[in-house]
Amino acid sequence: MTTGLFIPCYVNQFYPGAAIATLRLLQKLGVEVTYPAGQTCCGQPMANSGFEHLTQGCDTLFIEHFSSFDYIVCPSASCVLHIKQHLHSHKHQEQATLIRSRVYELVEFLTDVLKTDKLQARFPHKVGIHQSCHGLRGLHLGKMSELVGPKFSKQEQLLNMVDGLELISIDRPDECCGFGGTFCVAEEAVSVKMGKDRVTDHTKNGAEYITSADLSCLMHLEGILNRNKSAVKVIHIAEILNSTL
Amino acid sequence: MSGSGTKDHAALAKEFNKDEERVDWHDGALWWIRQKRDRSANQTPQWEELREAASSIKNHLLSNLHGYLLQFEDNLKKNGIQVHWAEDATEHNEIVYSILKAKEIDQMVKSKSMLTEECGLNEYLAERGIDVINSDLGEYIQQLDEEPPSHIVLPCIHKRKEEIGEIFHEHLGTEKGLSDPTLLTRVARQHLRNVFLTRRAALTGVNFAVAETGEYVVCTNEGNADMGAHLSEVQIASMGIEKLIPEKKHLGVFLRLLARSAIGQPITIYSSHYKKPRKGQEMHLILVDAGRTRQLSRVDFRDSLKCIKCGGCMNTCPVYRKSGGLSYHNTISGPIGAILAPNIDMKEHADLPFASTLCGSCSNVCPVKIPIHDQLYKWRQVIVKEGYAANTKALSMKAMAWTLSSPDAYKTAGRAGRWFLKHLSFTVNNKLNPWYKQRDMPEVPKESFDEWYAKNKDKEKND
Repeated sequence: MTTGLFIPCYVNQFYPGAAIATLRLLQKLGVEVTYPAGQTCCGQPMANSGFEHLTQGCDTLFIEHFSSFDYIVCPSASCVLHIKQHLHSHKHQEQATLIRSRVYELVEFLTDVLKTDKLQARFPHKVGIHQSCHGLRGLHLGKMSELVGPKFSKQEQLLNMVDGLELISIDRPDECCGFGGTFCVAEEAVSVKMGKDRVTDHTKNGAEYITSADLSCLMHLEGILNRNKSAVKVIHIAEILNSTL
Repeated sequence: MSGSGTKDHAALAKEFNKDEERVDWHDGALWWIRQKRDRSANQTPQWEELREAASSIKNHLLSNLHGYLLQFEDNLKKNGIQVHWAEDATEHNEIVYSILKAKEIDQMVKSKSMLTEECGLNEYLAERGIDVINSDLGEYIQQLDEEPPSHIVLPCIHKRKEEIGEIFHEHLGTEKGLSDPTLLTRVARQHLRNVFLTRRAALTGVNFAVAETGEYVVCTNEGNADMGAHLSEVQIASMGIEKLIPEKKHLGVFLRLLARSAIGQPITIYSSHYKKPRKGQEMHLILVDAGRTRQLSRVDFRDSLKCIKCGGCMNTCPVYRKSGGLSYHNTISGPIGAILAPNIDMKEHADLPFASTLCGSCSNVCPVKIPIHDQLYKWRQVIVKEGYAANTKALSMKAMAWTLSSPDAYKTAGRAGRWFLKHLSFTVNNKLNPWYKQRDMPEVPKESFDEWYAKNKDKEKND
């Protein structure tokens, strides 16, 4: 089994800690991970803004870097969903289709492929989960509140294996944070209001940390927390699952 | 019917957000309805199967629309209902006018009809000396206040009871400061009763029209459609051609979904079937296209015509809840409005598919399973290709695509971190950066993951 590590552009630049935790966690779980050099971006920022036709360069690079792997793992639900739904290539469509079926977000890779049932992790804090919309409604990492059906949460399943961690409940467990890619600047007022309300939901329910499978949401929430000098921190789920504090 | 001038959704939403307490109240009111909808859906056996059935019936209908419309027309005529076809809003309005003029009627009562709002019927008739009163309470309030509805099911959901009291004080002469909902409703009822008794013509919308039987169903909670229709000598119904369903038994699927999806109620208080004129009464039905066949021809967007106008997507949409329906400057607001409006006027509504985070909650609550958020994404692609995106945005996107297509350019740009911060917000200056206004920028770490990995990869492997 060959596994390629896909680290999205903004995680690479701003949150190397989450990328390192992902790499180490996978290694700890016995996965041999390769990180192909020269990767950039999945193309989502352009595509979601209506410029999907400009993403061919990103698509080509992605196919070059990842077509040789059995599995591709990434600590960002949003980028994984974009690859799953939109990776295409005029020249190598077969490879693009194959990659779409082989790309996994970290949490689902652990629960569905590795079938992880034990973790050597300790994180003695009160943690609230921020469900990223792409992770929840796109990748189905958990039960969506709008749909009728049995409850499940792949993130909770893993976080429950962490020693000392206390999950807190929030009032609106799968409401969007308002990041939304370019939405966060194009619709600044609504984006910030949505983010503030998510932050409040976590803080009033006693969270010390807000965690998620998507750093783009967390970057937005962190911006709001820091501006308001809050003591509450954001942390990518990989850093908790890899934590030995 | 925009009433908003030239401002786009972002600008109107920004204005709405100046009063945060009001945003919280608006958000809370709609979230409460969303929760009622959830409870109701969870109490309904086979809810997801019902949605699937409704979606399939509508798909079948849309694929065979031509035949069903002719069948419907035939059966309407057999039932003694006069049938009219309108290609666009103007034709629709002209037909209504000609019906009223033939009977020398200059006053009409109208129950809720988003189609006639879309057509600007009230204004058209007013210019020709015909007075129309909206009899749905929410629409009545909006009409008194000379404002379009902000929600297709809850037209004045953005107004507080105190504001409604003020409007009634001004227009209906109630005591100043009266804000008790029961008392206000009583006053409105008295005024509307008089309207019902004196209007010779009544116009209703249509929720479902049955091809098999030539009847149509109007769903209200107030009984206002019935009050108007039963007392009228001329009854008119206006419907978009997509409101058809093949058979009467299909109502069992749609009526179970409609009110539950809309407000979490098992069924609307009145689901009235209209089939034949009473003795001495004239009944007319106007079938309106107004862009619907164009939407039907758009492979990526034809699904939007399955909509049964429950408004569930509005109640669940966090952007709608925090920006208000009027900021969509379109009769149909919220997520469904944002995928219908560009078909009518792409330039005017180019901003609407971008007024979303693509969170996908809308598609999940939709009783007919329209993939609304996927269509929002697809409209964005169409709008950019048709040239309706701002030039500055197109330039920055090109620069971004170029850098991200080249590992070397990306590395150079990324190392400084500056390129990234700049392009994250699509601005060149932090003072003008909309990210920074209410949010701190992410800290630039001392090294990127690429740099860390280059230094540590051998060591990591040995661990």
